Amino acid sequence: MVSSSQEVRIGFYVCHCGHNIASMVDCPEVARYVETLPGVVLSRDYKYMCSDPGQELVQQDIREFALNRVVVASCSPLLHEHTFRKATAAGGLNPFFFHMVNIREHDSWVHTDRAEATAKAKALARAAIRRVAHHRPLEVKQVPIHPDVLVVGGGIAGIHAALTLANAGRKVTLVEREPTIGGHMAKFDKTFPTLDCAACILTPKMSEVGAHENITLWTCSDVVKMDGYVGNYTVTVRRRPRYIDEELCTGCQECISNCVYKEPKFVDEFNEGLGKRKPIYIPFPQSTPQVVLIDPEVCLNFKRGVLTDRCKKTCVEACGDRKAITFTQREEIRELQVGTIIVATGFQTFDVKRAPQYGYGSFPNVYTALEAERLVNASGPTGGEVILRDGTQPKAIGIIHCVGSRDKKTNRWCSRVCCMYSMKLAHLLKEHSGAEIYNFYIDIRAPGKSYEEFYDKLNEEGVHFIRGRVGEVTDWAMTPEEEGKLIIRVEDTLAGFVRRIPVNMVVLSAGLEPQADAQEVRRLFNMSCGTEGFFLERHPKLAPVNTFTDGIFIAGCCQGPRDIPDTVAQAGAAAAEALVLIDRGHVEQEPNTAYILPDCSGCKSCLPLCPYTAITFDATTHRAVINEALCKGCGTCVGSCPSGSIGQNLFEDEEVFSEIEGVLSE
Amino acid sequence: MSASASPSPPVAPPATWTPRIVAFFCNWCTYTAADLAGVSRLKYAANVRVIRLMCSGRVDPQFIVDALARGADGVLIGGCHPGDCHYVEGNYKMLRRFQLLRRLLQDLGIAPERVRLEWISAAEGERVKAVINEMTAQLKALGPLGLPEKFESWDEEIIALARRAAEAAPADGDAPASAQPEEVHV
Repeated sequence: MVSSSQEVRIGFYVCHCGHNIASMVDCPEVARYVETLPGVVLSRDYKYMCSDPGQELVQQDIREFALNRVVVASCSPLLHEHTFRKATAAGGLNPFFFHMVNIREHDSWVHTDRAEATAKAKALARAAIRRVAHHRPLEVKQVPIHPDVLVVGGGIAGIHAALTLANAGRKVTLVEREPTIGGHMAKFDKTFPTLDCAACILTPKMSEVGAHENITLWTCSDVVKMDGYVGNYTVTVRRRPRYIDEELCTGCQECISNCVYKEPKFVDEFNEGLGKRKPIYIPFPQSTPQVVLIDPEVCLNFKRGVLTDRCKKTCVEACGDRKAITFTQREEIRELQVGTIIVATGFQTFDVKRAPQYGYGSFPNVYTALEAERLVNASGPTGGEVILRDGTQPKAIGIIHCVGSRDKKTNRWCSRVCCMYSMKLAHLLKEHSGAEIYNFYIDIRAPGKSYEEFYDKLNEEGVHFIRGRVGEVTDWAMTPEEEGKLIIRVEDTLAGFVRRIPVNMVVLSAGLEPQADAQEVRRLFNMSCGTEGFFLERHPKLAPVNTFTDGIFIAGCCQGPRDIPDTVAQAGAAAAEALVLIDRGHVEQEPNTAYILPDCSGCKSCLPLCPYTAITFDATTHRAVINEALCKGCGTCVGSCPSGSIGQNLFEDEEVFSEIEGVLSE
Repeated sequence: MSASASPSPPVAPPATWTPRIVAFFCNWCTYTAADLAGVSRLKYAANVRVIRLMCSGRVDPQFIVDALARGADGVLIGGCHPGDCHYVEGNYKMLRRFQLLRRLLQDLGIAPERVRLEWISAAEGERVKAVINEMTAQLKALGPLGLPEKFESWDEEIIALARRAAEAAPADGDAPASAQPEEVHV
């Protein structure tokens, strides 16, 4: 190891990155310039520094020219810093004697003038050359990983991730805010393009979750707090009361039939409000856990959520010896220790009332796609018969695509699944009602295995496809045939004229949006959101399930709209990423922690600044003390110490000052 | 150093002059946003030189002052949006310091546009482009700050004053020690 007092011998490398850098930055010129700077022993330009020969070059040069510092000017350090640190270490140096210069993302890719871009590359390289002279050898800390995993969200993504981990022998806690797992998929009738029944493929997985010895399932629960860091997260979960003891309820549902309400009377959320339920209910027959729950807002034994004990409690009688009904159940706050977290909180569908031209809410026979999904479902409110809100059966149905998708007024993105589910609904509605079906689309997007073939099949079945974004849905009839119908006004952009198509039922294919509370969830887990509000992956191509917080992974539609096969694949990937950490047993942490210098005056001004309470005051020495294990390396205390008595590894004052000097000394 | 005794008058910047901006970007949001701008091939002015820090909370006010003193025409600090800091609240700590420092700089006659704090999330590559272009345009309009040149001319002024004081001093007395021109610093 080289001590910092020795003569500084820097090796500098500027990468062409093929044409990515070389087309805008004169790389040989940068190399020639850097060679003239003090401390630089050798300066090279090379086509691909991150390639094996590129890394090999660094290692050879370290040995041959007795280099003790390495600077590489190439892409973002967020991409390849670890690559070159490894190469530096393989050459026999401490990896922290390396520094990286970003001349691709921050230079060649964003500028258009070759002279300016080259000047900038030189300035940034000069700063790094000055900075790296101050680098000191540092040790990497290893932090153990707690083997348990938390999965947030019990849709198909969360279910699949939890099962994968549990089957690998890990202990998983699955937290779901609804009374049952299953998510949106549980509401679907069939899945495209295979038309296999959603329940038939989902419910076995749901029961497996419920029965798995390695999975703890908490429904009616929300994560309210997360503390800690990768490998050691402390998560606080609020478990809301369901007024039923989950251990004692057998799911016999006798309480439901014996409720004082003889008929279901209240809006059934699972059926999108198309059906009715009682105050004591089970969301759907295959709910997992197979446990009923009581809605305190409508149960007679409560008044607006407050226990009054005024009901005859026929449900308790029916439950008998099982004694599963506990009206006194209270909210519980539970704490969990986990090492990794998979966030699979899903999506919400676009609120179609935001597109008032389509008449949802004004015309009873305008449905959302999820409502239509329940209408064709055999266990839905109509037993699978397409019976409209006015009691009639439709003879013609219009399905409007892209409601709340590909629209500058609402959401600009394509929701990816709507074309396919619209076609699936077209098939199912035709099958169940025999009606004529009209699809109104902008483009048919069917990019998936057997998806285009499904579109062909629909064409053969005689489903009509009309290309054009629908202008409005109206009940204003212009001819006697239009009386009493909903008229879809649309410009048929293939035929080249405006059409009026009378139908009895309209289905709005609502797009997918981030959950309403996505921002809160993002803050809770220290993640980022993209501009549209979906959770941001660490890298769109190479780290699609990782987030910027180590040990926290994302899966499913919370990251962006996707269909079931993609969701399951992503959930599997997230589980595999968690397993990577768990099986290795530890993570290496950047040694960028802060430390107190001997000239600390003991003013204590840093103490309240640390969000991790890593700084304490030692009364015997009258100095602050930083607990290295708790320090996360933000450097806030360093930046505000009035006497300059706090240092930060990798971001020392003299390192930053020399960078400032370097970028400005032209 | 020039031998001229009078302070040099302000000179108009040469036609080729463009402002130099030193930027301190936090690793998690703004630096990543600048990477995103690169990946998205957005084009912006080449006047900015980014220094990466883990958190905007690490930005020592001395970094800003030092950058200006060494010839930067503007300093840009980029951090996560309030509530989004990777380290919980480092950006708030920066904001507090920034308010104080900006007032201080204003009192020293440095235009507030020269020192800018921006919250730019990892998804806002467009914002990086917009802020850098806007700041470059503003600084172009303001002209060079030129602190190193000003320090030089102030040095010259003080040296000249000291000389004049020494010449005017009574012939029998010694010049006071404080008038020694070699010791003058700003």
